[in-house]
Amino acid sequence: MRILLVEDDAEVARFVKKGLQEAGHTVEHVTNGRDGLFLAASEPFDLLVLDRMLPGGVDGVRLVETLRGQGNRTPVLFLSALSAVDERVKGLKAGGDDYLVKPFAFAELLARVEALGRRPSVDAPVTKLRVADLELDLLARTVTRAGKKIDVQPREFRLLEHLMRHAGQVVTRTMLLEKVWDYHFDPQTNVIDVHVSRLRQKLDRGFDKPLIHTVRNAGYMIRAEP
Amino acid sequence: MTAPAPPARNRPLPGLRPALPRLLQSAGLRFAVLFTLVFALGTVVLVAVLWIATAASIDRQLLAAIRADAVALAERWRTGGESALIDAIEERIATDSTNQALYLLTDRQGVKLAGNLGAWPEGVEIGASFQRTSIVHEGVAADARIITRDLGGLRLLVGRDEAERVQLRLLLTEGVVWSLGASLVIALMGAALIRQALVNRLDPALRTAMQIAAGDLARRVPLSGRGDEFDRLAETMNAMLDRIEALMQGIKGVSDAIAHDLRTPIARARSKLEAGLAHARDEGELRAAMEEGIADLDQVSRIFQALLRIAEAEAGARRAAFAPFDLTEMLQDAAEFYSVAAEARDQQLTLEARPGLRMVGDRDLLLQAVMNLLDNAVKFTPEGGRIVLAAQPQGEGWVEVTVADSGPGLAPADRARAGERFFRADASRNTPGSGLGLSLVRAVAALHRGSLELADAKPGADPPGLLVRLRLPRAS
Repeated sequence: MRILLVEDDAEVARFVKKGLQEAGHTVEHVTNGRDGLFLAASEPFDLLVLDRMLPGGVDGVRLVETLRGQGNRTPVLFLSALSAVDERVKGLKAGGDDYLVKPFAFAELLARVEALGRRPSVDAPVTKLRVADLELDLLARTVTRAGKKIDVQPREFRLLEHLMRHAGQVVTRTMLLEKVWDYHFDPQTNVIDVHVSRLRQKLDRGFDKPLIHTVRNAGYMIRAEP
Repeated sequence: MTAPAPPARNRPLPGLRPALPRLLQSAGLRFAVLFTLVFALGTVVLVAVLWIATAASIDRQLLAAIRADAVALAERWRTGGESALIDAIEERIATDSTNQALYLLTDRQGVKLAGNLGAWPEGVEIGASFQRTSIVHEGVAADARIITRDLGGLRLLVGRDEAERVQLRLLLTEGVVWSLGASLVIALMGAALIRQALVNRLDPALRTAMQIAAGDLARRVPLSGRGDEFDRLAETMNAMLDRIEALMQGIKGVSDAIAHDLRTPIARARSKLEAGLAHARDEGELRAAMEEGIADLDQVSRIFQALLRIAEAEAGARRAAFAPFDLTEMLQDAAEFYSVAAEARDQQLTLEARPGLRMVGDRDLLLQAVMNLLDNAVKFTPEGGRIVLAAQPQGEGWVEVTVADSGPGLAPADRARAGERFFRADASRNTPGSGLGLSLVRAVAALHRGSLELADAKPGADPPGLLVRLRLPRAS
């Protein structure tokens, strides 16, 4: 992916740029909102990673508002030291697609970058998601593995759906909390792991190939190959 | 980016004796002037009414008397002729004790037949009514009001000498001027009193505000006990000051907590990283030390997040975001989220709440508070225990959310301290947690103007279990 990083802190920028490049992305980095806006408006990017507060008169929110006003729909991930709920809402209202509070683990940032960059297109609605022999029917709300029906509760269904929509990508615990449960705070608990392991048990019972994998220091991933 | 610092002011700190504002800026003076104007206007209206009632009515009476006199004399002439008329005039002159009545009767040639005027006044035509003219009455020039009549060739003049009435009017005018002057003086005195009273009533508030500005936040504006507008203002000021003081204490609490409890994990992380750097014998050990250090830093970040969240709730700014929501649904959500954790520990987590309980509040913060309570319950209740999450409407407009468990409960001494930041009962030292969970619950309760109570779930039983009762108003 071609990513534009607008971040004024040199240390954070270096760390993020290096990490994203190692993950196989191309990264352009500028240090202020004005340059960021100019680049974002004049060159095609797959994703913008913006600091919420930027020097030079154009902050992250202004930048996104301006871009959206010009009809530019490039996905935007905000990085911010402002954690209050209102700030998050402000960022998303302005047209941001995701909001990550500093300090963050790089694995969390990478997972969100990949999720945003490879969002499914809206014009081709999917009715079935498939990973190996696991099938999830979005219309019938059923889950089958190798043709065998698996009973899941509504929340487990949504959890599995989210994992399968991002099959092959890391999904972090916070992302699950936000996207599946709509909790935008840290419950300071490992309950999310219990939910995933319960779902994993249901899916893998009677099969020898596990589908949901734990990615150390990051989160979970569903994929066919171990 | 920071705004440039304001220029240093050379003004000395205000003293404790509030100086009176310059006269023209004084609100007290403006009120006083307003009072004077209103008072003076009232006096003028009063005097004008009095004037019309006295001076003008004297005039009217005079005219009525003249007319009646003239009519009566004309009647006498009609019934008794000239001699009767002359008799009547002479009789009237004789009996007029005030010596104000004027009569003159002449024949066609102007020869005087009767009366107390020497000659027909100049410029007076027959048929004039209520004419004002100068006459010579008993050798003295005077003003008079007269009526004249033509009675079959005889010319009759009836009038009244106005000299005394002019005198009376003069006296009246003098009185009015004096009383207006007096009332102006009284108004000015009243104005001065009003201004002084205003200054006196404002003075305590002003002094208090100055003391607070000088740093003494414990000061409050004394009330006069009269319950008037100034007391209301003082009460409002005091309520505002209480709030500011609570906020300041909150901030102080947070900084104390940060100083005390964030240093520990930071120090831990630092020593792990340093020890790793100094003593690791291979890459594996170095990597392990770094991972532990990062885990400690993550914990710091989590504590920080929790503290900010508590501060957010305590500051009360989120009251603006209050909205109605379905409490039962929210509790179901929390119970569902935690039921798997309870099941993993063989515990039974049940929800007792009738569907559709609604309230107004911050759903997100309340959800987090309830989840903190459930987290504690799941953590501290032994395997196989029971946890009951319940919501009960209480009387007028209140709802009670309770979490009861079958765990060891809390000693009464610890109950009071639970909810203080970072307090952890001795028994729980070895369970993971920051000690901030109940602080948040307490802050959220306070934000909703509700309360948090801890009790034994089953008093007398062993273990007694813990009951956490969150009492919340349903409408904000």
